[in-house]
Amino acid sequence: MDLVQVIVSGILIGSIYSLVSVGLTLIFGVLNIINFAHGSYLMIGMYVAYYAWSVAGLDPLIGIVVGAVVLAAAGWLTYWLVIRRLIGKSPLAQIISTFGILVALQGLAQVAFGPNDRAVANPVAGRLNLNIGQIVVTGPQLAGFLGAVLFTCLVALLINRTEVGTAIRATGEDRGAAALMGINVRRVDALTWAIGLSCVGIAGALLVNSYPVDPNAGVTFGVIAFFAVALGGFGSIVGASIAGIILGVAQNVAALYAPQYALVALVGIYLVIVLIRPQGLLGTR
Amino acid sequence: MVAQGTAPAGEEVTSTPASTVGSRFSGSRWRAGAGLGLVLVVLLIFPHVLATPFWWNVGILAMIFATAGLAWNVLGGYAGQISFGNALFFGAGAYSTVVLVRAGWSPWLTFPVGAAIAAVLGVLIGIPCFRLRTHYFAIATIAVAEIADVVVNSNSSLGASSGLNIPIKPYGLATLQFSVLNPTPYYYAALILFGLAALWVWVLVRGRTGAYLRAVRDSEPAASASGVHAWRMKLLAVAVSAIITAVAGGLYAMYGLFVDPSLVLDLSVSIDIVLVAVLGGAATLFGPLIGGWLLIALQQYTRQEFSSSTSGLDLLIFGVLIVLIVLVEPGGLSVLLGRGWTWGDAKVQRFRQARQAASGAKEAP
Repeated sequence: MDLVQVIVSGILIGSIYSLVSVGLTLIFGVLNIINFAHGSYLMIGMYVAYYAWSVAGLDPLIGIVVGAVVLAAAGWLTYWLVIRRLIGKSPLAQIISTFGILVALQGLAQVAFGPNDRAVANPVAGRLNLNIGQIVVTGPQLAGFLGAVLFTCLVALLINRTEVGTAIRATGEDRGAAALMGINVRRVDALTWAIGLSCVGIAGALLVNSYPVDPNAGVTFGVIAFFAVALGGFGSIVGASIAGIILGVAQNVAALYAPQYALVALVGIYLVIVLIRPQGLLGTR
Repeated sequence: MVAQGTAPAGEEVTSTPASTVGSRFSGSRWRAGAGLGLVLVVLLIFPHVLATPFWWNVGILAMIFATAGLAWNVLGGYAGQISFGNALFFGAGAYSTVVLVRAGWSPWLTFPVGAAIAAVLGVLIGIPCFRLRTHYFAIATIAVAEIADVVVNSNSSLGASSGLNIPIKPYGLATLQFSVLNPTPYYYAALILFGLAALWVWVLVRGRTGAYLRAVRDSEPAASASGVHAWRMKLLAVAVSAIITAVAGGLYAMYGLFVDPSLVLDLSVSIDIVLVAVLGGAATLFGPLIGGWLLIALQQYTRQEFSSSTSGLDLLIFGVLIVLIVLVEPGGLSVLLGRGWTWGDAKVQRFRQARQAASGAKEAP
């Protein structure tokens, strides 16, 4: 019974890993740049939802919209200020610059919000508690799962079924050809960053229902998102979603048997799969 | 700063036409030598000029982290394999020293052991992980270092999360323990360590090996096609990097007489090492010196000033600096300073020439 319970909990948290990873993989797929600061943006998203609640009294379920909008703006800004100048530069420059953003955001959060953790008291989602047989699903877990699945599907639809999505995919496949077809690739890049970071804005709002937020809150999620993206294959949205769920389940199952080795289980899965199949589960490059 | 001129000087020889080599080479070499001497003198007299516990602490930590940054440069800067997991080697060195000194060893004998353990770890990790390119490799290094952190954290014979301390012995060179009231011997030990490491790395990268490493960094397929054993070069780079980092870690443990996972194995330690190397200058010898001093001085200053270990102001400054440096001059502060030096030099030269021309024109009639 315990095992079924942890698998269910694993799928529920895994769905949020998926949403975070989809944002990361989308940015990589188009710009070929891995955003090392992704976890830090998630932490900012959590703070946005927290302050929407503590200052304006908005429940985190409404905070989803605020988080998405603010983080989309942050993504757009990050692109125009920094990333735009890195296209075509060496991998060292690209990796180190988003790493610099990570360090800066971490410091900014400590300076602006202080080192103590903050939690939303009594969110709407927290009032619900489902008991299915002996399996317990809490309101925040359910809200997180439904929200993450909904927005992951929306992003997938946006990319695969709309004209904007076609432009994004075309830019990811061949920037030069896309530009020749009349696509404004820079605008597509900026849009990709906005969409990618709105994913973490949404995920941040979903997380504050049950997790307190502190300046290091995003680190673990960020690392898990790297693993999920690499596992699913860099650039593959479906791959990242599946990998997120796999990692969520693996982490919870490992935590049941050896709590201190939960992260090691994730790392182990990443290393084994990447070493056998360096391009990831569904990756092509 | 000026000493960094040695590296470009070496490159200039190959790129400048033969006729101008002699004069330019000797000029820049003389200046590089003078610069190196100046830096050395400043470093040698530093603990006597700024003789306060605060600056002693900064100096010791700065030299230790400069050494670790230099070691990172071998792997990340010259060979282009970006590692966010060098804390593993730092921790391996620190833990080896603490465990062996507790078992009654002389600290001097523990450094080679720690270095050997780190080198073996590095090669063992490198064998599978060097198949991975850029981002995959960088993420794998985080992964491996995190595993080590978790393993040590839950291993009670290594003190788990509460750490291990070194029993206090009589002060002296043999025990490598010195009074807290005057820790300058630690500073000179760290300075000598940096000097030896820089010498080793310089010997390694100035010749053929350095060219091979850079070739692997710039394009691995091209390097392999030209007959470079890319695989062997990367293993060499990780071994050298691990050895130097481990000795720095061992010295760090002797200075603190204590070690725990959050001090030496945490992701933040890996991040500090990368910051030192990249701020100062990736693929330079003396960049990490600038990076180390800047990082540690600012870290310690903000910690003292805001009386909290988590003020975050230092991180904010470094993060912004890193981004700016990558955008403006990916070569780091040392290249930026070098550029400022040449710019100033050119100005002086032009001024002299103009004055000579003016005086010449006056004398002519």
